[in-house]
Order: sequence, then C-alpha cells, then structure tokens
Amino acid sequence: MHHMKKIALGCAMLLAAGVVPAADALKIGMMTTLSGPASGLGIDIRDGFDLAVKHLGGKLGGLPTEVITADDAQNPDTAKQITERFLKKDKIDIATGVVFSNIMLAVAPAFIGAETFYISANAGPSQLAGEGCSPYFFNVAWQNDNLHEAMGKRVQDQGIKSVALLAPNYPAGKDALTGFKRFYKGDIADEIYSKLGQLDYSAEIAQIRAAGADAVYIFLPGGMGINFIKQYAQSGMMKKVPIFAPGFSGDEDVVKAVGPAMEGLYNTTHWYREMDNPANKRFVADFEKETGRLPTLYASQGYDAALLIDAAVKAVGGKVDDKAALRKAFETVKAPSVRGEYRLGNNHYPIQPYYLRQVVKNADGSVSNKFVAKVMDAHVDAYAKDCKM
Amino acid sequence: MPSTPTPLTQGLPSAWSAIGVAVALAIYPLLMSVAGQDFYIGLGSRVLILALAASALNLVLGYGGMISLGHAAFLGIGGYTVALLAQGGSAPAWLAMPLAVIAAAAGAALIGAVSLRTRGVYFIMITLAFAQIFYYLAVSLRGLGGDDGLPMLARVELPGLSLGDDIGFYYFVLALAGLAFMLLYRLAASRFGRALVAIRENEQRMAAIGYPVYRLKLAAFTLSGGLAGLAGALLANLSLGVTPHLLTWHQSGILIVMVILGGSGYFWGGLTGAAIYMLLEESISTHTEHWNLWLGALLLFIVLVAPEGIMSLRRKPAKAERA
Amino acid sequence: MLYLLLEQGLNGLQYGLMLFLLAAGLTLVFGIMDVINLAHGSLYMIGAFLAAAFYQHLENYLAALLLAILATALIGALLEQTLYRRLQKMSHLSQVLATFALILIANESVKIIFGAQPLMLPVPEMLYGPIELVEDELYYPRFRMLIIVVGVLVALGLYLLVNRTRIGMWMRAGASNPGMAAVMGVRIQPLFTFVFALGAGLCALAGALLGPLLAVNVGMGESILIPAFEVIVIGGIGSMRGALVGSLLVGMIDTVGRVLLTLLLKAVSDPATANSVGPTLASMAVSLLMVAVLYFRPQGLFPARG
Repeated sequence: MHHMKKIALGCAMLLAAGVVPAADALKIGMMTTLSGPASGLGIDIRDGFDLAVKHLGGKLGGLPTEVITADDAQNPDTAKQITERFLKKDKIDIATGVVFSNIMLAVAPAFIGAETFYISANAGPSQLAGEGCSPYFFNVAWQNDNLHEAMGKRVQDQGIKSVALLAPNYPAGKDALTGFKRFYKGDIADEIYSKLGQLDYSAEIAQIRAAGADAVYIFLPGGMGINFIKQYAQSGMMKKVPIFAPGFSGDEDVVKAVGPAMEGLYNTTHWYREMDNPANKRFVADFEKETGRLPTLYASQGYDAALLIDAAVKAVGGKVDDKAALRKAFETVKAPSVRGEYRLGNNHYPIQPYYLRQVVKNADGSVSNKFVAKVMDAHVDAYAKDCKM
Repeated sequence: MPSTPTPLTQGLPSAWSAIGVAVALAIYPLLMSVAGQDFYIGLGSRVLILALAASALNLVLGYGGMISLGHAAFLGIGGYTVALLAQGGSAPAWLAMPLAVIAAAAGAALIGAVSLRTRGVYFIMITLAFAQIFYYLAVSLRGLGGDDGLPMLARVELPGLSLGDDIGFYYFVLALAGLAFMLLYRLAASRFGRALVAIRENEQRMAAIGYPVYRLKLAAFTLSGGLAGLAGALLANLSLGVTPHLLTWHQSGILIVMVILGGSGYFWGGLTGAAIYMLLEESISTHTEHWNLWLGALLLFIVLVAPEGIMSLRRKPAKAERA
Repeated sequence: MLYLLLEQGLNGLQYGLMLFLLAAGLTLVFGIMDVINLAHGSLYMIGAFLAAAFYQHLENYLAALLLAILATALIGALLEQTLYRRLQKMSHLSQVLATFALILIANESVKIIFGAQPLMLPVPEMLYGPIELVEDELYYPRFRMLIIVVGVLVALGLYLLVNRTRIGMWMRAGASNPGMAAVMGVRIQPLFTFVFALGAGLCALAGALLGPLLAVNVGMGESILIPAFEVIVIGGIGSMRGALVGSLLVGMIDTVGRVLLTLLLKAVSDPATANSVGPTLASMAVSLLMVAVLYFRPQGLFPARG
C-alpha cells in the first residue's frame, strides 16, 4: 500500500514537472459558417487560416497539421453537434472558426469543459470577456464592443454634435449602440431599432432625415448592412448625413457588393489592407492569388489565429497536452501578425490599436477603403476588469 | 387533390416490431460505449428527440391531415420553459419536464383554437404566423436572452440517474420518448385515432355523422403540441440551452420534411424520417462543404421514388397485388 | 410630419408592388397548376444573380434585366417540363418536400457558380439619386419611382392578360376545371409550361429590380418567400386581385406601421419603452394581420374558389 502511494506520488511529480511527450501531429477543429447568407464570412476565415498553414509548410508549431473543417450552418444546435464530434470522435487539440457570438456562446461551455483551447477568429461576446472569462478561451480578433467604441471616440473627437443611431431590435443591437455611446458624449438625435433581417429601410431613412442629425451610426451585420447602405445612397443622403459604421460593414465584400454608391462611408477596424509590414504584404498578395478575392477582416483574423497557434505550440515544443504550459504560451508568446503588434490582455482578448478607414473613389472609377487615421491605441475592452482568473 | 385511400390502421406496427425497435434502441448506447464511440450516444439522443418531435407532428399532419408549419413554436415553448426554470442552477426533472409539456400544450390549445378555423394552405400559413410571433418575442426580449438565447448550467436533476452523463441522459430520453410512443400507439389504435384519420379523409361526412370534428382536431393539436414541447425540453437539456433558432420557420420546415421523408401517417414515419435525415446530414456534411447540394438531390430522388415516404416502400408489393 | 407619412405611403406602395411581382407568380402557379412551390424564392434569387452577372459583362442595366427575365423564364419552363409536371400529380406534401430540396440545390449551386460573397447590381446612372417632389420637404429616389411604375404596369398587364385574352381564358378555365378544359380543346400542358415560365419571369423581374436595393446573396430567396406567401394567403390563394390587395396591405403595414407604432407609443409612454416595444410589435405586425384576416375570413380576403 505504502509502495503504491510512492509510485503514484512519483507519477504526479513527473507530470507536474511537465514530462508530457510532444505530440507527433496537430488536429485543428475549424467550425465556421459555410452555407447560407453569411457563408462568405466563414469561408474567408477558413481560407485565411488555411493560407497561414500553407505558408508555414503545412505545420503549426513544427507539427504536421490536419485542419478538420465543418459547417455550422449558422445554427447553434448544429454547432453543438459538431462540437461533440470534434471533442469525442475527432479528438481535436485546438478549435477555432466561429463567426457569430450566439453560436460561440452555445458551444464555448463544451470546449471549456473539455479543457480544449478555443482560439476565436471572430466572435468576441462580452459574456466570455468579463466574469465569464476562461483559461481555455482566447480571442485574436476583437471584443464585440471594440469597433463601436472606436467609432464612438472618433465621432466625438471629430466634434460631430448630433448622431442618429440604427440597429436591429435585439439585445446585441442595443449592446453595440451602448458601446458607441460609451465614448460618444454628444447629442443622440434619434435611436432607431429595425426588424432583424429587414429588407426595406425606407422608413428608417426617412426617420434619419427627419431627426436632423449630422451623422448616422449603424450596426447592421450581414445582408442588412448591404440593404441599408444601397438604399441610403440612393436616397441622396450619403453626402448630407454621412454613415459611420463598424469595420465589417465597410469591408471588401460589402464594397464589392454595393459598388461606387458606397463612396464616403467611414468605418473602424483593427486591420487595414495597406498595412505596412512584411507579414501583411505576403498575406494580402497570396490571399488574392489563391482565392481571387481581396482579403477581408475575417480573412485576416483567420490568418492571425493560425499564426498565434503556431507560435504557442512552438513555444511549448509541441507538447500540446501540457495544458498549463500551453495556456502560458498563448498568454505570453509574441506571435507575428498581419495587423502589426498586439497582445492579449488578462481576459485573453486583444489589446490593440484601432483605425479609421474611408471608402474612396479611385482614379479608374472603382471604390476601395483607404486608411485615414489611428483612433485608439492599446485599447482595453470594458469587461476585462471583471475577469478574475 | 384527393389523397390516396388508406386503411384506418395503416402503418400501425405489430407488437413484435415495437418490441424489436425498443430492444434495439435500448442496447444501442451500450454497443457504442463498448466500441468507444461515445459521440454516437449523444447523436442517438438527438435523433430520438427529433423523432419524438416528428412523431408529435405526424399525429396532426399524418393522421389528422393538418399541415402545421408552426411546430417550432411548441419546441421553443418547451425549451424556454426548462431553460427559464434552470436559470437558478438546475431544476428537478419531475417539475421541469411536466411544466414544459403543460406550457406547450396550453400554447397549442390557444393557437389551435384560432388556426383550426382554416384549412389547407391557410392552415399552414396561420400556424407559421403564430410561430413567427413567438420567434420575434424570443429574439427581442432581453429576459429571454435575445439572439443569444438562454444557456443552462446543468441538465435537470433526477435522483438516482446521472443525466450529465451521455448514457444516463440517453436512457432518460429513451424512457420519456418511449412513454410518448406508447401513448401515440394507444391513440392511433383507439376510436379517437380512427376518427382523426376519418376526418382527414372526409371531414364533411364525419361532421354529418355527428362527430365533434373541431373538438377532436383541437384535442389532437393540443396533444401534439404538448409532445413537441417535451421534445423541446429534452433538446434544451441535451444542448444545455435554447436559442431562438429553435423557433425559426426553418425548424418547423425540417420537422415536416422528416415526417414526409419517413412517411406521413405511418406510425414509425417520424422515427424513420428523423433518423434518415440526421444520418444523411451528419454523414454528407463531414465529407463536403457542398453537403446541401447532395442532401437536396437525395431528398428530391426520394420524393420521386417514394412519394409517400420511406415507410410506404414496405407496403408497395401488397398494393400492387390488390391492384 | 405630414410629409414623413406621405413618404412612408410611397414606400409602402413600392414595397407592396414589389411583393406583388412575386405573389402574382406564386398565386398563378398555385391556382392554375395546384402546386405549392417553395422554390419560388429560389427563382427570384436566380433572376437577381443572372441580372448581376449579365450586368458585369454588358454594363447595361436594361439589357441585363431583359436577359435575366428571358433566361429565368427558360429555366422555369425547363423545370416545369422535367420536374413540376411530375410533382403536379403528387400530393401537396410531396410537393413541399421536393421544392424544399430544390431550395437546397439552388442555394448551393448559386454559391458554387457565383461565389459566397454578395454580387453588385448598381442603379443605372440616369435613375440614381432622389427627385424633389416637394421643395425641401419630400425627396423620393428615382429608382423607387421606377419600381412603382413597373409594378403598376405589370399589375395592369396581368389583369388584361387574364381577363381579356384567349390565353387568359384558357388559364381561367384550367384553374376552375383542368379536366373539362382539356376535353374542350385547351392544350393544358403547354398552358402549364407558359404559366410557370411567366411566374419565373416575374420572379426575375423582381430580382433584377430589387437587386440595386437589396443584397444579392445566397439565401435571398427565403427572406422574401415568407412575405410573398403571407400576401397570397391574406389575399386569397389563386386570386390575382387578392394578390394585389394583399401585397399593398402587407407593404403598407410593414413600412408605415413600423414608424407609426413607435410614434404612437412615444406619445403615450417614455421614449425608452417606445423604442423597445414599438419595433417588437412592428416585427410581428404582418403576422398579426394575417392571423386577424384568417380568423374572420378563413379563405383570405378574395377567395378564388367556392
């Protein structure tokens, strides 16, 4: 009996000392939205991630890497089922890919419960940034409020006196506007809530005109944003009451879909295409070569997620089963990135600068985003202070 | 368009086939556990739950001829009831599950009372309208979690059975679904079931004979809603939470597809349809990003080969002989 | 305030007429062929994508619109000949399953062919921007004006087609009793092909007209399928008049209702409550309208049969 205890103690000590064998391969679970109206976003995250793996010679952290891709179809229940498959059947080491926060919230408890690291390449819900932060959850994109906060600050700094706000009528819409108002202290001319998935925005456009604001801030993800911007431009309002929007509403896919009518729209991001660093130059050139599309925010985030995993796995020498060491590595490693330097805060969300872009007309009549100014530096999200881990 | 004449007891299984299905379902998780395929136990629970929901719909759609495109509402009511009760941590199963069924049945009684004034496509659309109302409520109200839905920290609690465990939960689902199937079997074989089928075939004649047509249909609709609510409550437990996606018309549509796929009006139609749909989705989607294309093509093929559903294939030779 | 309401009235009219283009085809196919076509929205999506694709090559909106209508009508005719002809003989339930499968196939095919990102279909230069209807008070986008004009013309054209032409007579005969019509010498199969192609062409017209206003992306068909079905159910399935009245009713309630409800609530309660309750009620307004109409008139406003 005594002898047994000794052996057990020995084993425990060995484990504590970190004698975990290095894995001989790495399995990544890439679950994202690949079908339905929002499939463009998920496809960009996946293609960005895959490009990084290709750039790294098919290896992340020196380990031959298999990326298992799955389509959540923007359905939380489907996502739940895929998560089960990832954890119990495929036995993945690290997961990434989810676009939407409601899906992230549905599956995060399962990953966290199984002590599997999740590196979010987009979804950054507040629930996982404050009290509910987790040692196993990391985000390489931004906390959901950040782009709205950055625009709030910019509009404030620009001295705009009065703003109309527009968002779909659901809690995420109200949270987004709250994020904007955290930094914008001027007059709110009107706060308009539309239907989720709405097609026709003529009523809202009339209200914005009636409100007599100097600018309008919109939170309308996906097709809703495209619908609104197209209709707004045609109503001749673009020049009179300019649109300020979060980066994803002014991204390359939206610019491509709306066309020249989009000229003049301001948007805030943590990355822009012309960024002057070698990693970004290579990413932008090769992404366009591989896919025939201009990279979006989503693509850059997928790429950066792979770079972070690569750096962290390298730092632990491929010993991905040593959870404590790997966590430390994710928290502290200086991963290269297409957005320049960023670091992860105490709640595992990025602390980084935010920039203003504007859609401008080029010499050939086409339109594209142009960098305007830096809005914020090393911005910490509003929930980090509540995170204790 | 007249529907094909059907014997009143069409598709009712023999006692032996029912026992066979029950035994197979009971040993399934043990086999999977031995084979080390734990993932398939959870998937089995999901198939059973959807089979329950599809069978509940089959009662009104297949037996009663009422095409409801609003059963997502009852799934949702059941799911949200359990999730609300569990907000404090966890809820006892004996309280949460019956309450979910009662809430969903009450909702179904109200919706049915209004909707059953209409027929055919009008009935399809009015049930859809009610479901949409519930969807927009769930999405808009912060108390219901909006778009994020309501997460649950733990499954409901049952003394003596660990529901947090995959196998334990599977048997919990199997027991409740089994009870529901027994109830449906008794109903289908009863005077009530026969009257329901007869109303589907010729409502005017049944009314002329003196059957309380409206009340019978409402009773079936209420019961169906209650059972769908049970499925919703189980789904919330399986997924540890509910989201408004459970209330979308897409969800109602999938349930209809499952029933038609399996064979509407056949007792095992719901179970067969749910199992085939889930297995198709699961197996095709792991192989290709374009799984929707193949799923669509297969469904189309099945409609053209077996327009009355998979379960009807077993009967084909007999029909041919009669003809 | 008056002008705000006036503008909303125009918007409701425009949205309603847009819905009518889809509802007309849906109600024709259902009324005459007795087919529930869930894939009607997919034809609208295909029309919009084809218009956008033609535009990219030709850079001429009108040409792209006409080509898209022709191509979609052709696709519709082919679908009728190969698939819907068989579905017609099946139960409504089988039709639901088959056309649901078609939605899946159409969405994925469009994604494979055109990519997952939304396409661009801009407003032609000469129709860009607003017209000033009342100085400084009432502006209205030219393109939306065009939609109103086209919608009215199509409604008129369909009325004349159904009530004043020989084909229209056949269509009415086919709708009320296909067997008898066939015996009396109406060639019923070509008639069905024509009706289905007409419905598909109207879908493409709607897709090409709405393309400059809405996102042209995968799944756009489903977002408009439900309003279109709501319209024909409120109006009475199979009735062209019902489709028109239903469209205008839904269009008005959806646009005007949204603004009015919030304004009314703001008058009786504090702005915060109004801002949250108003839009929630407005989201449900069309569903509530449908429930109310069907409660009092279970066959819709203008029952087509019996």
